[in-house]
Amino acid sequence: MNTFPETHYLNAPEKGIKSWLTTLDHKRIGVMYLWAVIFFFLFGGALAMIMRSELFFPGADFMTANFYNKLFTLHGAVMVFLFIIPAIPAGLGNFFLPIMIGAKDVAFPRLNLASWYVYLAGALIAVLSILLGGFDTGWTFYTPYSTSTDSAVISVVLGAFIMGFSSILTGINFIVTIHKLRAPGIHWFSMPLFIWGLYATAIIQVAATPVLAITLVLLILERTLGIGIFDPAMGGDPVLYQHFFWFYSHPAVYVMILPGMGIISELITSFSRKKIFGYKAVAYSSLGIAFISFLVWGHHMYTSTQSVLASTIFSVLTFLVGIPSGIKIFNWLATLYKGSIRFTSPMLYAFSFLILFSIGGLTGIFLGSMGTDVHLHDTYFIVAHFHFTMMGGTVIAFLGGLHYWWPKMFGRMFNEKLAQILAVLIFIGFILTFVPQFINGLHGMPRRYFMYVEQYTFNNQLSTIGAFILGFSLFTAFANLFVAIWKGKPVGDNPWGVLGLEWKTTSPPDPHNFSVTPEITHGPYDYDKVLAKPTLDL
Amino acid sequence: MNNTHTHHITPLWIYLVVASALMVLTIITVAVSNIDLGGFNVLVALGIASIKALLVAFFFMQLWWDKKIYLVIFSTAMLFLTIFLVLTMFDTQTRGYINPEMDGRIKPNAPMYDTMESTSTTH
Amino acid sequence: MSNAETHPTYLQHHFADAEQQMDAAKTGMWVFLLTEILTFGGLFIAYAIYRAWNPEMFHFAHKALNASMGALNTIVLITSSLTMALSIWSMQHDKKKQTFWYLMATVLLAATFMVVKYFEYSHKFHLGQLPGKYYTYTGIEGANPHIFFSIYFMMTGLHGLHVLIGIGLIIWLMVRTKKGHFSSKYYTPLEITGLFWHLVDMIWIFLFPLLYLIG
Repeated sequence: MNTFPETHYLNAPEKGIKSWLTTLDHKRIGVMYLWAVIFFFLFGGALAMIMRSELFFPGADFMTANFYNKLFTLHGAVMVFLFIIPAIPAGLGNFFLPIMIGAKDVAFPRLNLASWYVYLAGALIAVLSILLGGFDTGWTFYTPYSTSTDSAVISVVLGAFIMGFSSILTGINFIVTIHKLRAPGIHWFSMPLFIWGLYATAIIQVAATPVLAITLVLLILERTLGIGIFDPAMGGDPVLYQHFFWFYSHPAVYVMILPGMGIISELITSFSRKKIFGYKAVAYSSLGIAFISFLVWGHHMYTSTQSVLASTIFSVLTFLVGIPSGIKIFNWLATLYKGSIRFTSPMLYAFSFLILFSIGGLTGIFLGSMGTDVHLHDTYFIVAHFHFTMMGGTVIAFLGGLHYWWPKMFGRMFNEKLAQILAVLIFIGFILTFVPQFINGLHGMPRRYFMYVEQYTFNNQLSTIGAFILGFSLFTAFANLFVAIWKGKPVGDNPWGVLGLEWKTTSPPDPHNFSVTPEITHGPYDYDKVLAKPTLDL
Repeated sequence: MNNTHTHHITPLWIYLVVASALMVLTIITVAVSNIDLGGFNVLVALGIASIKALLVAFFFMQLWWDKKIYLVIFSTAMLFLTIFLVLTMFDTQTRGYINPEMDGRIKPNAPMYDTMESTSTTH
Repeated sequence: MSNAETHPTYLQHHFADAEQQMDAAKTGMWVFLLTEILTFGGLFIAYAIYRAWNPEMFHFAHKALNASMGALNTIVLITSSLTMALSIWSMQHDKKKQTFWYLMATVLLAATFMVVKYFEYSHKFHLGQLPGKYYTYTGIEGANPHIFFSIYFMMTGLHGLHVLIGIGLIIWLMVRTKKGHFSSKYYTPLEITGLFWHLVDMIWIFLFPLLYLIG
């Protein structure tokens, strides 16, 4: 029988809401981020359910076109800025980065807490713009529509601007922590791959987010002063806005996926109990993806008036992303080969990721080629593609990471059988939701419309049914996790029997991460040398 | 002082020489701007500004002596900025290559000029 | 660093020693400067593209700026960078009084910069050389001169904001110097604020020729 530690970060040094709101402990800040992002994820998910219900029948059912515009814009903005960008780095990353490199905290704990408050302030301003009438520009705020519509663009743009600062602060903190606070004995190439993912993510956060900040400032000034940079009526160039926006937002999609890939590296090696295949290749491919992500933004603009020469260059560069992504996928497959695989719930999410992300990535290659993109641009094919990467990739990896580390974070076990069933259900619901959208997109159904012609009905109905399966199972999966915090059985230090440094401390961890300074005797993936016994009955 | 390996102490004369060089370069750049070199004016101006910026970075900001990682961070910023500039200008400068009607921007004159009593804002 | 001095008051608990703490602070500051460079970079790129599109208009419009005021401000900022560097040099030699006065000089020079800027701005406001749709000046040839002034005001405005923030930070340093928080063993806040201040100077070094001295 496993015991629950007496002192841990949840009850020490103090208990109570005030001690949480003023905490400098990276673990508590990570948990507070998690509560916030999970809340916004469920909120954004509920918006998606409303949209899918409207789309069940071809005609207008229970809302106006205008309302639908505001709905998909809010869904996109909430999911991108409020949920997916902070979810893994600021939530799980904050909690585990210092523990996994044997540090006591991140380099700048006060900045870390500040970033949470900044994030929350930005999120509230963005969401409260619903009260000002909502905004209907799409999450991309393209000019000239965003400078001419009378909806509440300024407040949501301000919210995104403020959240950008939070992202920058997290990025600075992580870069410095990884550079300066690794425990003696942990070198660059003995760091867990999750840390490499976070490092690559942080580079993108600090290099790209400032450009978003200045872009959004320019957009606000364009609306208020008519400065003539982006607004064609004032002599500006709307395509230039798209350059500015995507210089941030394309790298930002790798802010979403890179830490997810880091989690998958952890899960695959942990549950196939085999040393990761090609450690350095996986580590460098994270940096490779981060760098290439800055070279490809123009592939969002093939059908704008971007010059053909630029489009061609961007198309060629876009194909390069396939190389480091492929390196990762094949190294994971090679790791699985002849491993002794345990089909735990985190591992099921990892398998799910491999399939869904590969589909998302490959359809990305279709879209990267200019000719194909002209046909598919602004159809449901795009919608399906980025949901396969963002949701099939990042959200699935996030869920895998949550299930993997939840016992460590709260010291108690969720219902594993139920979690496994839900992982499968989420996979089925996901496929059912988004594969029909690929087909509709190929047949030319445009995105962002609340009505459609009858030929698209069948696939839309499949998609809506899938969405409800997905929504129900996601909700239940989170409920399963939360119930565990109160009802779960204590798990012991190392429930899964794996080698990462985070499993050497108690579950939940000591306020100072390790009550005894851990001795680093092996790397995180040395399954060929060391065996660890799971404290759970697997 | 036992910590010279982390704290390089720059001799005073270097600061004074660098500051004087910055002043002289400022005077040169103003002087050169009054000579018409055609397209070279902007290159000379940017060249002198870059030399000044590097003097500030290497000596005032200590990059010359400090850990190389700071130089790497600084160079990374410049690299990303260059990528941003070059790839964007591949578009903005070549829009007319295949379709000449796409050259230039959408509206040459903002509407407020129509109401201004002016004789000189025509293109 | 020897063990006898491992628990100075300025050392935070999660760092192993003062050197690690200083390194972390400096690295953090440099990464922050990277974000600053890219923030200003967006404006520099807007500038480059609009200048490439409208070379004549930029040429005509820049004549509305007063190059001697710009040059004066360049000299002022370079001098302030020097005094900032000297304040750190003084602290490295434990000359705390001298540090204080160099910081004071830096603040005064920065304030001079802002005063000159104020006169430039108010002159342009007076003439109607305002950004965007508030532009009413009619004396400049070329298409859309308001864009030049939009860019001018955004770049110098963002830069001016940084000067103001710098003034605030340096005053904070003066207070801490007076209170005796720094010594030749610990002066990291001086050093990283210095980095910030030199970057502000560096950005002006580019703004000056690009805005005031278009050939």
